[in-house]
Amino acid sequence: MSEYVVEIKNMTKRFPGVVALRDMSLQIKPGEIHGLIGENGAGKSTLIKALTGVHRADEGQIFVDGRECKFANPNQSKAAGIACVYQELNIVKLLSVTDNIFINNHLKNKGCFLDYRSMKQKAREIMHFLGQDLDINKPAGTFGMGVQQMIEIAKAVLLDAKLIIMDEPTSSLGEKEVDQLMKTCRDLKNRGIAILFVSHKLEELFLLCDRVTVMRDGEHIATDEIGSWTNETLITAMVGRSLDNMYPKVVCEKGACALKAEHLTEYGVIRDVSFEAYRGQILGFAGLVGAGRTETMRAIFGADPLDEGQLWIDGKPVHLKSPRQAIRSGVAFLTEDRKGQGLVLAQPVRTNLILANMKGFCRKGCFLDEKRIRESGEKNVSALRIKTPSINEIVGQLSGGNQQKVVIGKWINTDAEVYIFDEPTRGIDVGAKVEVYHVMNDLAKQGKCVIMVSSEMPEILGMSDRVVVMREGRVMATVDRDSRHFNQESLMKAAWGGSLDDE
Amino acid sequence: MTNENKITVKDVVSKLGTLIALFILCVILAFATPNFLKQSNLMAVLKQTTSNALICVGMLMCLITAGIDLSVGANAITVGCVMGMMLKHGVTNPVVLLAAGLGFGTLIGWINGTLLTRLHLPHPFVSTLGMKNVLCGFALLIVDSKMVSGFPDGVTWLGSATLPKGIPVIGGFPICFLVVILIYVVMHIFLTHTSLGRAIYCVGGNPDAARMSGINSANVLTFCYTLSGFMCAVAGIVLVGRTGVANGANALQPYDTDAIASCIIGGASFMGGKGTMVGTMIGALTIAILRNGLTLLNAQSDIQYIVIGFVIIFAVLIDVIRGQMEARARRLAAK
Repeated sequence: MSEYVVEIKNMTKRFPGVVALRDMSLQIKPGEIHGLIGENGAGKSTLIKALTGVHRADEGQIFVDGRECKFANPNQSKAAGIACVYQELNIVKLLSVTDNIFINNHLKNKGCFLDYRSMKQKAREIMHFLGQDLDINKPAGTFGMGVQQMIEIAKAVLLDAKLIIMDEPTSSLGEKEVDQLMKTCRDLKNRGIAILFVSHKLEELFLLCDRVTVMRDGEHIATDEIGSWTNETLITAMVGRSLDNMYPKVVCEKGACALKAEHLTEYGVIRDVSFEAYRGQILGFAGLVGAGRTETMRAIFGADPLDEGQLWIDGKPVHLKSPRQAIRSGVAFLTEDRKGQGLVLAQPVRTNLILANMKGFCRKGCFLDEKRIRESGEKNVSALRIKTPSINEIVGQLSGGNQQKVVIGKWINTDAEVYIFDEPTRGIDVGAKVEVYHVMNDLAKQGKCVIMVSSEMPEILGMSDRVVVMREGRVMATVDRDSRHFNQESLMKAAWGGSLDDE
Repeated sequence: MTNENKITVKDVVSKLGTLIALFILCVILAFATPNFLKQSNLMAVLKQTTSNALICVGMLMCLITAGIDLSVGANAITVGCVMGMMLKHGVTNPVVLLAAGLGFGTLIGWINGTLLTRLHLPHPFVSTLGMKNVLCGFALLIVDSKMVSGFPDGVTWLGSATLPKGIPVIGGFPICFLVVILIYVVMHIFLTHTSLGRAIYCVGGNPDAARMSGINSANVLTFCYTLSGFMCAVAGIVLVGRTGVANGANALQPYDTDAIASCIIGGASFMGGKGTMVGTMIGALTIAILRNGLTLLNAQSDIQYIVIGFVIIFAVLIDVIRGQMEARARRLAAK
């Protein structure tokens, strides 16, 4: 037996024009939780795909339990005991939990009929082991993301996986679900199953991992016990330079109230939401996933209908019944779902940049002014530092961070007064995050009003002038930057339903 | 700037692909049958292209939005039958007849669009397939399953008029094809140089993102289907003019598949977001020449069906392969 359950030795993978992995090595011990981090494009995905047999490496070897393996396809990798829970879950929502767990791996009676009794029994056991006591006959889609992810993990457990790769497993989970996932990870570890935990969130690595490997530009940078790492050393290793300040907050002069909401109510979704957002400020919206923050923003933007409540923009009462009206009234809304609602992936950068303001780029009412579109597009690309070969590149080809910058450019081109950013830094790398923060600062400096919805507490604390905390569709607290409640504990307390005394 | 130039060159090359295929088809037919290159035959081809080319305009809009309009052929024929019914009831004013025909076709298109956008039917495949059946029956119903002839000249002019035969080379050039060229030029400018045109591509690529960017996706989609209905009406009028009769039994002719095949050959995709007027014209000409050539070669309708069927399958196959090749080219270009 080898010391390592899975070992990658000197792996190189070239794509046309890019070296995605360069002499990469990685050793995972049995029963350890191994963190893997790196900026977007550092080669993590390629590494995972090589391990799961999706890609074949050009050079290098993979050892499982000391034996060299060659994976020509995902099934061979699975058979060797390597399972992966991808960021995009492979759940058939209309099938029951049992069916999902046993998909493609059904137990059969007499070699032909499905043996549901044993499958259900086994499914119940596995889900119970994962801390999920639920009705396994219900369709998987009726459960939340956390449970659906557990179903994926259950599949891996069923296969007797020696290594489970989790690719950004917490990105779509709420706080409570994250806790459950971490507990499950530790249980798996106690069973001797190793976990390769890929994450963008440093705090999670510190909470969970035994060792952490940092990748950059397809290369192995360092692997060390978690105790030897600090936030700063991790970031330095990841970006290859130190980020002196992760949150470059600039406090600007507080201007007039740009957006005022009173008693916004959408039955069953948000209740009696009131707040004021000022020019020159960044108003943070904190809360757990599902607290109704996105729903509030969608309602303000006219994407969902409001049942009650009143909105004022710059002191004037408005009724926004569609995104179109909202944009005309000077509201911009960067949605949390970049690919689904922010971009037309098959269209080039230049078209996406004018998507929200086509009329503004027209001559004589309806003919597109290609010259201005090009000039403005070039300006956006350089101002936002969008890394793209040209403005004619298809947006789907850009990395997540650069796609996000295109969406930001799209809204800047509408010349809005109120900018709503919903989870603006989700799934983008550290460098791009900082650039997004700079954009928000610049907008505030220009006297615009910025609203930022974020599930990452450090980001909320780092960037906001004021914070609104929501829970179950209600506003729980509004906290100023200079208040004594402007700290993680107080905000979390409010988000979990506690009340903040005085103020 | 250099980048932009490069892309246009690439565009031209990919467009030339279908153009070369069309040229080869013509060369083969020229050798196979002496009648093919006769001036009168070429003019006949153009005439036969017209109705399909008109229907293709609307079909292309729908395909770009990742939709489809299967009611096009039935709509065109029904427009003829509506005019025929009015004629039987004593309406002989060509302006009234034409207006009624155009109005009816456009209305059907608008209903298709509304079913999709306001009543939220899941996919236009279903609603327009239903509409096709409704119209097939309706066309027969309103003319008692009988052919109607005797349309006034004002109605048949568009489909039957030609340039004077005396003019060399282009003598006998059908007026309706001039109209097609005009419409294609206008639509080309519309699709490439106006905000609504660009919006159609964006709605096709991602309706949610378009809506969240302030584009009224529902209106854009309704517009596309309404335009498709209008184009069917024009095609229906051309058909009445060409044949001189309105025949409800023709509603089941494969106009829809011809149009889809033309658009796909011309570079449109079922996935939406793609397609050009120039390509569609080449596609429409290819289909017309194929049918014309088969007729000249004395192929019966059975053979014609088989050949056209294979061409459609082949065209979709090309669509798939083209997608894969583009993906590969992008990977290679990502140096």
